[in-house]
Amino acid sequence: MPEINNFTMNFGPQHPSAHGVLRLVLELDGEVIERADPHIGLLHRATEKLAESKTYLQNLPYMDRLDYVSMMCNEHAYCLAVEKLLDLTVPVRAQYIRTLFDEITRVLNHLLWLGAYALDVGAMSVFLYCFREREDLMDVYEAVSGARMHAAYYRPGGVYRDLPTRMPLYAPSPYRDAKRLEVLNANRQGSMLDFIADFTRRFPHYVDEYETLLTDNRIWKQRTVGIGVVGPERAVQLGFTGPMLRASGVAWDLRRTQPYAAYADLDFDIPVGKTGDCYDRYLVRVAEMRQSNRIIAQCVDWLRKNPGPVITDDFKVAAPPREEMKTSMEALIHHFKLFSEGMAVPAGEVYTAVEAPKGEFGIYMISDGANKPYRMKIRAPGFSHLAAMDEMARGHMIADVVAILSTMDIVFGEIDR
Amino acid sequence: MTDALENLRQHLGAALGETLRKAQLDRGELTVELSREGFLAACLRLRDDADCAFDLLVDICGVDYVDYGDGLWDGPRFAVVYHLLSLQHRQRLRVRIFADDDLPIVPSVVDIWAAANWFEREAFDLYGILFDGHPDLRRILTDYGFVGYPFRKDFPLVGTVEMRYDADQGRVIYEPTRTEERVVVPRIIREEEGGRYDARNK
Repeated sequence: MPEINNFTMNFGPQHPSAHGVLRLVLELDGEVIERADPHIGLLHRATEKLAESKTYLQNLPYMDRLDYVSMMCNEHAYCLAVEKLLDLTVPVRAQYIRTLFDEITRVLNHLLWLGAYALDVGAMSVFLYCFREREDLMDVYEAVSGARMHAAYYRPGGVYRDLPTRMPLYAPSPYRDAKRLEVLNANRQGSMLDFIADFTRRFPHYVDEYETLLTDNRIWKQRTVGIGVVGPERAVQLGFTGPMLRASGVAWDLRRTQPYAAYADLDFDIPVGKTGDCYDRYLVRVAEMRQSNRIIAQCVDWLRKNPGPVITDDFKVAAPPREEMKTSMEALIHHFKLFSEGMAVPAGEVYTAVEAPKGEFGIYMISDGANKPYRMKIRAPGFSHLAAMDEMARGHMIADVVAILSTMDIVFGEIDR
Repeated sequence: MTDALENLRQHLGAALGETLRKAQLDRGELTVELSREGFLAACLRLRDDADCAFDLLVDICGVDYVDYGDGLWDGPRFAVVYHLLSLQHRQRLRVRIFADDDLPIVPSVVDIWAAANWFEREAFDLYGILFDGHPDLRRILTDYGFVGYPFRKDFPLVGTVEMRYDADQGRVIYEPTRTEERVVVPRIIREEEGGRYDARNK
């Protein structure tokens, strides 16, 4: 019998299912993984170092670029940190708008994850279905902030501006006939909240469609059941958070256990898995989308009934209204100081965390009283999850590596920072 | 919430003894400073003591205090900050440990919290802090063959080298960087505003 040596294989960094730029060095015994060594940092942009040379307001758009599929959740954690240092109260309407957009972001993130996961495991069509719904939510992002992805909509003290009263319509185009245009614009006749409310009515049916394709699919189950199992104690030990932790059977969700924004007033459930395998993580995320939809509907109702300010009236933190700047010298000075020197933040240190779609996204900020952070550490959920890659992949086949990698919901923007 | 943390602070004072140097409650967050002697035993206590039960390690990061307050800092330069979370008590705790200036070295907590592995590699990579007892202390985020510790305050923001493809040599080469650092907004600490920030809606 010939002697067979272990075989080392490079996976990535240009592999389509490496979810960006991951180089995975796999040590194989035949087709079985003996050791997996992820090499990360190919997208390292030193955001934390950059933050030390930028003012508090200039740093905000960098947050979108961390986890670039859950943009507003990152902004939320950053704003919470600055607000905690300033000891600032955020208007209630802004809290609800943030909650609304956190959940829209969660749905966006889980849709991308679901589509990409199904694609990695070999089901093409789910990807197309998911992107159909993402398009609607991207339009909401665009309507509210002007950007489809990197919104920079949350600001320390609230959100940049109130929700638009009109949903933008599709314009006539030579590539679309009048009838098609009418269909596209049918649910965009009212305000943005009307459009979102319409979406929440349609969305449960869409989730049913994904589930029809996957949940009882025999091939899907063969690829995910019993793959990458992590028990509850081990998940805690490995620093898992978010759906990764909940799928292992630990009911921990910051929205419930340490509520922020408006979550304490809203009604929703925390889905929890049993076995902690890839299939459970799939079920947990799909159930989370349904729960997010419930939260979005509640926020829409509340926001319809309760007008009010959406950003603090402390002009040392947020710019004064434009009309006031035309007549008031003090407002003009505030505006100038805020956008040149920035705001001074009292010395101290805080850690704030939000339940981002991938897990606990936290900002640890040290201020020494200057107009720039002294040190900002970004706690990315994916970092701990990817660190467990070796442990989860060991003993599985090469094909399962892709399933395990994808189940972690890896995005390199936040892992490499 | 703050009461619970105050209780925890008093409990830690009794439980950790000599190792606990300072315990501070600020903005609803508890920070404890531990000495290097007895650090691992204290961490084990924090994890296993039923009143602490900090079973989830959220984050580890290095801090370089050399420029803090524009020269006001007179303590040790490097610190490692741990963020712990107790799922059972729904509490968070921040642990800080200082390291020596010339050879920053602290004990590794990988055996207590497995999640520490990559976080310690990151702190080593970015700050050059060594973790005694770490099984695999390699660089993690920076390039293969990177020289220096980029997050230290004396490392320039634009870096030291830049990379390009050299057609003559037929390979990628590194050269000293030609990018100049540009400060658009200077860093300012305003003494008169320190500590008396008025948030209008308070």
